[in-house]
Amino acid sequence: MIFVAAILAAVSHTPPRPSTRPRRIALFVTCLVDLFRPSVGFAAVKLLEGAGCTVEVPPLQVCCGQPAYNSGDRATTRAIATQVIAAFDGYDAVVAPSGSCAGMLSHHYPGLFDDDPAMKARAENLAGRSYELMAFLVDVMGIETIEARYDGSVTYHDSCSGLRELGVKDQPRRLLQSVDGLALREMKSPEVCCGFGGTFCVKYPEISNAMVGEKSADVAASGADTLVAGDLGCLMNMAGKLQREGSAIQVRHVAEVLAGMGGLPAIGEPDDAASARRDQG
Amino acid sequence: MESTSRHFRQNVGTALADPNLQDSLTKLKVGFSERRRQAADRLPEFEALRDRARDIKNHTLANLDFYLEEFERKVVALGGHVHWAPTAADARRIIADLCKSAGARTVAKSKSMVAEEIALNEHLEDIGIEPIETDLGEYIIQLRREPPSHIIAPAVHLTKDQVADTFLEHHHRLGFTKRLTERNDLVAEARYVLRQKFVDADVGLTGANFLVAETGSSMLVTNEGNADLSNTLPRMHIVLASIEKVIPTLEDAAVLLRVLARSATGQESSAYTTLNTGPKRAGDLDGPEHYHVVLLDNGRSNVLGTEMQEILRCIRCGACMNHCPVYGAIGGHAYGWVYPGPLGAVLTPQLIGVEDAGNLPNASTFCGRCESVCPVRIPLPKLMRHWREREFERHLTPTPVRQGLALWSFVARRPRLYRRLAGLANRVLALFGRAEGRYRGLPFASGWTRFRDFPAPPTGGTFHAQWSRRRP
Repeated sequence: MIFVAAILAAVSHTPPRPSTRPRRIALFVTCLVDLFRPSVGFAAVKLLEGAGCTVEVPPLQVCCGQPAYNSGDRATTRAIATQVIAAFDGYDAVVAPSGSCAGMLSHHYPGLFDDDPAMKARAENLAGRSYELMAFLVDVMGIETIEARYDGSVTYHDSCSGLRELGVKDQPRRLLQSVDGLALREMKSPEVCCGFGGTFCVKYPEISNAMVGEKSADVAASGADTLVAGDLGCLMNMAGKLQREGSAIQVRHVAEVLAGMGGLPAIGEPDDAASARRDQG
Repeated sequence: MESTSRHFRQNVGTALADPNLQDSLTKLKVGFSERRRQAADRLPEFEALRDRARDIKNHTLANLDFYLEEFERKVVALGGHVHWAPTAADARRIIADLCKSAGARTVAKSKSMVAEEIALNEHLEDIGIEPIETDLGEYIIQLRREPPSHIIAPAVHLTKDQVADTFLEHHHRLGFTKRLTERNDLVAEARYVLRQKFVDADVGLTGANFLVAETGSSMLVTNEGNADLSNTLPRMHIVLASIEKVIPTLEDAAVLLRVLARSATGQESSAYTTLNTGPKRAGDLDGPEHYHVVLLDNGRSNVLGTEMQEILRCIRCGACMNHCPVYGAIGGHAYGWVYPGPLGAVLTPQLIGVEDAGNLPNASTFCGRCESVCPVRIPLPKLMRHWREREFERHLTPTPVRQGLALWSFVARRPRLYRRLAGLANRVLALFGRAEGRYRGLPFASGWTRFRDFPAPPTGGTFHAQWSRRRP
């Protein structure tokens, strides 16, 4: 219950700031955040409302379809994309706390409907207003700084789709640097894939393990006490590896740190780890 | 070359357990990508050159028949010969006949991936002709009877110590009885051994980086100068190249050369860039008396006009594998055939069949780093996905994956059902995992938990459940 309490505290203390350009935003929660880390969704809501947006969560959203798309099942991908396109119809923007899912909407949906001009037009329309959270806050809403506190040194991993499809690189770092008490420490190769890759990590576990092992060594060598990234799949993969290796490095979604939810248990941590840290602090 | 792509998973296991390979890969991963980045940063127009390189290759592929015939006309006018080889077997037969006609006992070869593709060395040995690899890396792996593990650095999987042992074993009988420990000494010894073989060779066989249609030239880049000795000293020069190597003009070659070396090794240009334009002319001091070009198709023309056509833009720089984290983990041999890395993941299923090479396009996280460095902007992840689509259509996707996918898609297409099941999964995973924060083992996700803990969700329900409670 510590989670719910912390989320409620964080969300309820920040009323939406009045803004000159209110926007009606649909949050694309993503299936991993929905199931494994709801606090990331609430952090995204808080950040978006803090930027002056009105946030809604369309109830019929499920998944962007990548498991089918990357397995070669185009028919299922199209069916799911059609469903997603309908769910997000009419919003000014669709924002996801994930470069991978946002990239699917903005870069891959239109190509699914090459033989269906009407659907292609709708897919292109959605693609044109779909964003990854960090890119949306900085590039679209013009947010420069964030009022939040996080006492720790943080290293940022560039998740692949966000980095290479959407150009998410400086935006999260700029916002992290404005957080009180936070020191950014780059690892040597932040742009190298962590080995998650969706179903890849269970289809080729040995290769995935070699990749995430290299990543965890790079993270540890940075000297940071916290690892953040913008995609929950990568974060769960890296957290799982670090914890299997006995590392004490905390793993968090960048939105949580920026939304002042850094007091929650980190990904894969038991609830008492966070309270123990608080007691020490 | 015999393919072991079918045994990809076993190959991966072997590669990950090989400490020498892992040691070599650690160096490769940092070295190549850092040098490429520096070279690209030093050239302000590099990105624009990549666009031009892509456009040149696209234009050529759209008019491939025209440029190939133009190339042939020029070669013939120069006094050379062009041989069309639809298949690997045709190419082997043509080359064997040429070697026999020259009375060849030895063939000096410079590095050629197409020669690997058609298993030329094995074939020459079978008919009693000794092929001599003259590229240092190829020479090393020829001594060890191994296939190349990288298209521009064929022996990159080996450590210096392994090379020292190999040289001692094979050069011992030539009087080199000391085990060398310095890189330069190893190179000097190989150079000494190879020099006489160049002089003795009856036929020189090279690949080609480009075939220039307007002049009938074949163009080669090397860092060792071995290709120049292979094609000037012997009486006969055979160029073996695949059909997509042709480009229209020397001007085009200049553009492609500027992106090739930078992408490959981070050099501004390779040490040697050589144009071979026909046989020795009257008055020439050196050069081959006979000049032959063997043009190999081997399935490439089937790719033209399909969604895979873009792979034929490839200029074989190796940047995709140098930057691939999967290649970096398992090396080139695991891919099981001539072309490793993202290039191989797209090309190998085309050339040897997706039934055998089906794992290759699947063993990728689609991280996109290959596409981001490709000098001719081949969308490698997209092409790998096309292979996955073909596998899915042909029911080659493994049954557990298909069944899992079918179940998942049934649920994912029914949002209300999905919501209920996600809520249930969330509660169960939170209930049993919350005390520790994570699972050390999960029966349905052993691929994950064999190597990693699995984070447990917090209590309180899914995001959607919490949201509807708070903002009904």
